[in-house]
Amino acid sequence: MTTTTEISLGKTAVQYSEGRRILKVFFGRKLAVIGLVIIVLLIITAIAAPWLAPYNPYTTDVAHRLQSPSTQHLLGTDSIGRDILSRVIYGARTSLLVGLGAVGLATLVGQALGLIAGYFGGLVHHIIMRLIDALMAIPMILIAMILASVLGGGIRNVILALAVGMVSGHCRMMCAQVLSVKQNDYILAGRAVGMSNLRLMLSEIMPNAYSPLFIVITIGLGAAILAEASLSYLGIGIPITIPSWGGMVNDGQKYLFTNPIIAFAPGVAIMLTVFGFNMMGDGLRDALDPRLRGVI
Amino acid sequence: MSEVIRVENLKTYFKTIRGTVKAVDGISLHIDEGEIVGLVGESGCGKSVTMLSVMQLINVPPGKIVAGKVIFEGKNILEYPSRGSEMSHIRGAKIAMIFQEPMTSLNPVLTIARQLTETLEIHLKMNPLDARERAIRLLSNVEIPNAKGRIDDYPHQFSGGMRQRVMIAMALSCNPRMVIADEPTTALDVTTQAQLLELMKEQVTAHHTSLILVTHNLGVVARYVERIYVMYAGRVVEASPSSELFARPRHPYTIGLLNSVPRLGETRKKRKLVPITGMPPNLIDMPTTCAFLPRCHHHIPVCEKEPWPILREVGKDHFVSCYANVLEKT
Repeated sequence: MTTTTEISLGKTAVQYSEGRRILKVFFGRKLAVIGLVIIVLLIITAIAAPWLAPYNPYTTDVAHRLQSPSTQHLLGTDSIGRDILSRVIYGARTSLLVGLGAVGLATLVGQALGLIAGYFGGLVHHIIMRLIDALMAIPMILIAMILASVLGGGIRNVILALAVGMVSGHCRMMCAQVLSVKQNDYILAGRAVGMSNLRLMLSEIMPNAYSPLFIVITIGLGAAILAEASLSYLGIGIPITIPSWGGMVNDGQKYLFTNPIIAFAPGVAIMLTVFGFNMMGDGLRDALDPRLRGVI
Repeated sequence: MSEVIRVENLKTYFKTIRGTVKAVDGISLHIDEGEIVGLVGESGCGKSVTMLSVMQLINVPPGKIVAGKVIFEGKNILEYPSRGSEMSHIRGAKIAMIFQEPMTSLNPVLTIARQLTETLEIHLKMNPLDARERAIRLLSNVEIPNAKGRIDDYPHQFSGGMRQRVMIAMALSCNPRMVIADEPTTALDVTTQAQLLELMKEQVTAHHTSLILVTHNLGVVARYVERIYVMYAGRVVEASPSSELFARPRHPYTIGLLNSVPRLGETRKKRKLVPITGMPPNLIDMPTTCAFLPRCHHHIPVCEKEPWPILREVGKDHFVSCYANVLEKT
């Protein structure tokens, strides 16, 4: 028997490129991948709705109303005979549009305000943040309700109403992040090499401030879809003719004991979507956190 | 030789709840072209604040430059708004700064390449490809091995010494007329310190750039610096060519500093280290007399009556602010 020990000195630590590292971390999280799959399926559904849906979601067929699931109508029909599966599929469009629109708008406005407030500090900070505080004092859904009832229904107004409700969260988070990031020496160093305010804000502070904001965004997507459902459920959101999950739940509650599927089908869709966004958000945060770079 | 920068009677105060801290209280100094100058003093004597004031990087509030001029290229640059474009064109392009803490002075989320090229793109209006080319050359100039392969790394992949090399490369990237190095080697271990100082000296000499070395390490200045300003409690107490200062220090504070530094080869029997007794004064309510008086072993009756003495010439280029005519061989 030989007692020689093999010592391998050859390979140094494997160096991943930044993109590969992000993918590796993200796909290493099981729940994140499940979330991603759900979201991708949702997007495909929304885009391919006309081909996927077996019926036109708008055609009523009173002769076949309130049917149980069957081979003809996989999820049955609602109170005026519309195919539920088709309406759930088309509802994905409404939900995604409202979710992305509202969060996009809130992100743009809220984070810009937060960045300016945090960076310049002083009076600018006080004015912006006190306004945001005032907005924050009112619950998001209440703001959305007030705005939606003042502006009237319709997808555009619902997006606007939800965005106003969510601006404060984005603004606060961004401002807090900027306040802490701007204390760093590299910001002073950046100023010492003559960077302009805009460059400092966008290319030095933003990337360092961003990781918690991913959570705000992805969870916001879930929350916006949920809030849209609430508004539609309350009857002040999307007009009933347009298929939307919240509106369908509202419609179905009258038949909860006789035909529970009418409310459950869109309910499950809402739940899955919110779950998907939240899980994907968690995974993204871990993958994109620059402070974890080098650790993983 | 012509002057690069002249600071006249600079005063920077900080407003706090307990009173106004006079961190810098009437500093005047000048640096010639290509000269390496040291600014020495103990912690809290206003070295860094002086340099940050020159760059207008003081946080306002609580800080405020209340008086003085900084003449650079014939203009008083303190007249420019601190966040305006004139200052942006000076910072980095004409006066560059190297900070004390290399571990935190680089942005952790940007690659070294991005941070180096950013300055080149801002000040020299280079296109990204040329800037990258030049960044690689800058990195190899500061002796980073395999510069081409390392340039796309992130700061955490570099050691402290290497990061400080990157900072030096960044500072010199736009051929500034002057580099301010604020305790550039304090955070590094001794062997790296020597290498970096050597490198810095070599680089500024090659580029004919002036250098201000802010430090509390007398050993550092002794070797690399041509002229020294000694600061105490927000003022310059002695200014002199460095060989002269070490041979014939004239201010009691300088003498105290030199007596408290061990020298290579000296045993305890031969010369005992003498600490400076007492504490530096509270910068909020400073005595009207010489601030060093409570700690001074050389004081004479006039010291207790007269205000803080102004600098007077005691030798060629040698200035001291002291009433007592101290002459002590060290």
